[in-house]
Formats: sequence, C-alpha cells, structure tokens
Amino acid sequence: MRFPDDKRIKFLVALALLLVFIGLRPAWTATEIDLTGGRITPLPIAIAPFLTGDGAEESGATMTEVISNDLGRSGYFNPLPPDSFIEQVTDFTQEPRFASWRQIQAKALVTGQVFMDGGKLRAEFRLWDVNTQQQIAAQQFTTSPKNMRRIGHLIADVIYKQLTGIDGYFDTRVVFVDETGPKDNRVKKLAIMDQDGFNPRALTDGKDLVLTPRFSPNAQEITYMSFAGATPRVYLMNIDTKQREIVGEFPNMSFSPRFSPDGQKVIMSLQDGGNSNIYELDLRSRGIRQLTNVPSINTGPSYSPDGSQVVFESDRGGTQQIYVMSVDGSGQTRISFGDGRYSTPVWSPDGKYIAFTKQARGQFSIGVMKPDGSGERILTEGFHNEGPTWAPNGRVLMFFRESGGEGGGPQLYSVDITGYNEQQMPTPQFASDPAWSPKLN
Amino acid sequence: MKTSTSFKIAAAFCCVLALTACSKKNTPDLEASTAGQAAPGSEKDFAVNVGDRIYFSEDQSTLAPEAEETLRKQAAWLSQYSSVTVQIEGHADERGTREYNISLSARRATAAREFLIAQGIDGTRISSIAYGKERPVAQCDAEQCWSQNRRAVTVITGGAKTS
Repeated sequence: MRFPDDKRIKFLVALALLLVFIGLRPAWTATEIDLTGGRITPLPIAIAPFLTGDGAEESGATMTEVISNDLGRSGYFNPLPPDSFIEQVTDFTQEPRFASWRQIQAKALVTGQVFMDGGKLRAEFRLWDVNTQQQIAAQQFTTSPKNMRRIGHLIADVIYKQLTGIDGYFDTRVVFVDETGPKDNRVKKLAIMDQDGFNPRALTDGKDLVLTPRFSPNAQEITYMSFAGATPRVYLMNIDTKQREIVGEFPNMSFSPRFSPDGQKVIMSLQDGGNSNIYELDLRSRGIRQLTNVPSINTGPSYSPDGSQVVFESDRGGTQQIYVMSVDGSGQTRISFGDGRYSTPVWSPDGKYIAFTKQARGQFSIGVMKPDGSGERILTEGFHNEGPTWAPNGRVLMFFRESGGEGGGPQLYSVDITGYNEQQMPTPQFASDPAWSPKLN
Repeated sequence: MKTSTSFKIAAAFCCVLALTACSKKNTPDLEASTAGQAAPGSEKDFAVNVGDRIYFSEDQSTLAPEAEETLRKQAAWLSQYSSVTVQIEGHADERGTREYNISLSARRATAAREFLIAQGIDGTRISSIAYGKERPVAQCDAEQCWSQNRRAVTVITGGAKTS
C-alpha cells in the first residue's frame, strides 16, 4: 500500500494541530497513567463507536477498531467492551452523560464522527476525562478514504500522548525479513507492514538473500545487506520507488548497516579476511572513515540519538561484548560485564538505554542497560530471542524469536520496556530482523 | 489437464526404467559404486574422494587436525588439477546472532583459504563467501545438527573435468 498523498496528510495534520482546542487539565484530579513504576495498571477507556454518515460507515467502524487495538496492545489502556456501554452517543457536539461512563468504570472516553466531505474523509474526535468531566483533547483530520487506518493510528497517538505524557508510536511501520521455504533453503524477502501488522507487502522478490533492513530517519529509505552480487554488500532502497543502489564498492563483504541520526551517513562493518571493522560512509561525498582498527570481529554499530557516539559489539576480548566509542573512533570502552555474551546493541531513541541480545547458559535474552553499562535488565529470556529494535518513543521493543528444529522458524514479538506485555506480531509467514520506523507524521 | 495426465504417464514410465536399471546392476551399495567411478578431476571426484568440507568447534575458527588433513588432500588435488578454481563457503550454526555469525563464518572461510594458500595453492584461484547461519545443512534442534552446520565447504567454481 502506498500513500502518494503523505505530504498532504502532513499538511492537514499540521493544520489540524493549529486548530486544536485542548482543554486545560486540572492537575489535582486529572486522569493519567503513571509510567514510572514496574507493572502498569491499564487505564479503563471507553471508545464510543464513531458516528458515521454519507458512506463513511466502514471507515467509522475501522477507525474505532484501530484506536481500540492500538491502545489495548500498548498495555497501558484497557478498552472497555462496547456492549457494556450504557449511553449510546448520538450527537458528537453534545457533552456525554459522564455518570453513565463512570458507572462502567471508564476513566476516559473517546467520541468521534466520520463522514464524507467532497470525496474526502473527514474524521473528528474528542477525548474526555470522565473524572473531571473535561474535554482534554480534540482534533480533526481530512484525508483520502484509503488512509482511514492511518487516521485511526494518529488519533490513538494523540490519546496516548495526552494520557501518558509520552509520544505515541502507532502511526509507524516495521520493515522486516519475510521467510518462507525449508530451513536449509530459506527464501528471504524484505517486507514492510504497519506497526499493528496490517498492510504487509514485500519489497524484494526473494531471488537474493537479504538481511538486517534498517530505516532512514525520514522513513523513506532502508539500508540492508544483500547477497545479490558476487560479494555480499550493503544496499539502499527507496521504499516507494523500490529503486536500489550499492553503498560503496569495497573489495570485501560489507554488512550490518545503519543510518546516522541525520540520515547523511551509513555506518557498517567491512570484512577483511578473518576480521571485520566498523566504517562510516558519507552518502553525499562517498568518503569513508574507519572507526575501529582491531584484529577481531567489530560489528552491529548503532549511533546515539545525538550522533556523537556509537555502540557496537566486538570479540576483541575473547567473546562478544558491547563497547561504546566516540563517533571519531576514540575512547573505545567496554560496557557489558555480565555473565555471558552480549551483541546486537541498539541505542534507544531517547538516548537513555541500549538494548541488546544476551547469550548465557544456552539461552538467548533481550535486555536493556544504560549507556554506561549499569542497570542491566532482562526483558525476555528463552531458547532464542534476538535483534531488538525500538519504537520511536523508547517504551516498546520488537525482536524475533526462533523456535528450533526442522519445522521451526522466527516470529516477531513486542515487549514493553518494563518486560511486561509481551505480544506476538501478526505476520504472513515466518519473520525476522524487525526494524521499527520513526514516526511517519 | 491433458499435460498433467501425460506428465503422470511419463513419470510412471521413468520409475519403471529406474527400477529395471537398479535390479540389473544388483549392487548392494550404489553410492560407493558410483563414487569409485567418478572421473578423476571432476567435481564428484573432489567431493567423494577428497572431501569438500571441514567442521569447527562452537564459536571457533581454528582448524582441527581432521580439518587440516582434509585441507591437505584438497590442496594436493588442486595442485594436480591446476585449472580448477574454488570458492570456500563459510557457515555458522544457528546458536549465534546474525551479524556476528556472518563475521564468524568469514573467519572460518579465511582460515581454510589461508591454509590452502600455505600449501602452495595460488590465492587467485580461491575466493570465499560468508553465509553466517543462513544456509544450514542439518535442521534438527540439537548439537548433532549444529556441529554439522559449523563448516567451511570448498565449492568448485570452474575448470573441473566433466564426468
């Protein structure tokens, strides 16, 4: 699925934001979710079926469902079953009867309406605090009817931010590797889907082995490794045009790429015999700079969000461990000192954590630690969990989990940074190497 | 529908022929019999009489004595058939992370390649590629399979005799 009028949406969202009238939240009784603790009690929220008219009935039902699923899957909300609702909202402009929503334990209420307006879909919603009886957010969107799911995600993002104080992550996509065929001859395709698993589509035909796709900061391009030529190399692909190009002609294999936060550079590993070192390539000048020069395996580089540092894995000390260095290559310092092997480090978008894969006692875990190596926490542990990626708000991680054996294969999972709310992602087939996009709007 | 029926008939006919061929030969070990018949200097000769692969310990790229023995035989064969070119495929088992396994398998392919060069084979005849954990041969969920997947395979890319 393509969104040729992405720019138009952006414009309309910006316009809508200007028009937003957000009620003041009285701090003493306002409904909000406390995310500072461990286990989070989901906030009961009622999402009233959106009022519809003029051929927008399907859009209304879809949007209500998208909002409910997004909020429910986040683990921070408990969307109440619509058949428990006492009041049937019939007029979008009127205040709801708060008593009837309080009676079903709803803390927040969403009302909305969707209708066709000159070939365009117009959607409006209002978010109400049931305790304070205040409207706390409202917004209006106008778009092509085929973007109705995106509007649902955008509304869910506003609700999430209003009630948690943290940016939402629902209007995002995930690029991953779609896997089919027997284990000894897997067909791997680059694929992309919405964050909730909808609209999956392949980006490559499966002829060439492809691995480790990563998004550019504007979410329009991906960088990945392909075995298309005689030597496996790092490539770039434009998601919309599918146009691809090789990132530099090096004598040996290039792999494990990632974009810099400003999108101007790609950092990756170049193989030289038995060693692999980390290099940064400037996409405009095509100039290349070597960051590590150690006779060992140095790979999995990931920038800090401000672009000043790089976290990577190296076995220079004997086993895979995580290191941090300045972006000029100076000050290479080991930060992982727990029991086991540490790999696939990824800096969180808020800069506070580094997610990793850990191998210990025959188990593969996903965990997080602070950039100085302290505060290690394991979020999930099992036979084989690998390759974390962050949602743009730094609250949720996605990774893949392999089931062993002949019929086994990888599936994508998401987990909250607290380690709670683990959920399998719906994908068409086996799927691995997920990478979460930045926010699309 | 017509093609599918005729295909079935053809397939059945082939089976009959194959069965006849087998029973006529009456050899208890067909595998060994054909191996002995591999034309010298052919791909089959290399795979069966020399050995095209070596194995590694977990997370290691050092060559075990058996691996060195196989590589010495490969070097001798490659010296004899000097027009043959090869590619060494490095592989890792599934019990590692993706990027590291790519590097590890490159290290294994390099170890095999450097050994062959040390035995006097011209390096320009030997290319290498690292597959990481992407192409296992054994699929079970146990060490007996993983150990078969930690390998370097010498694949003939040109110059072999046709058998």
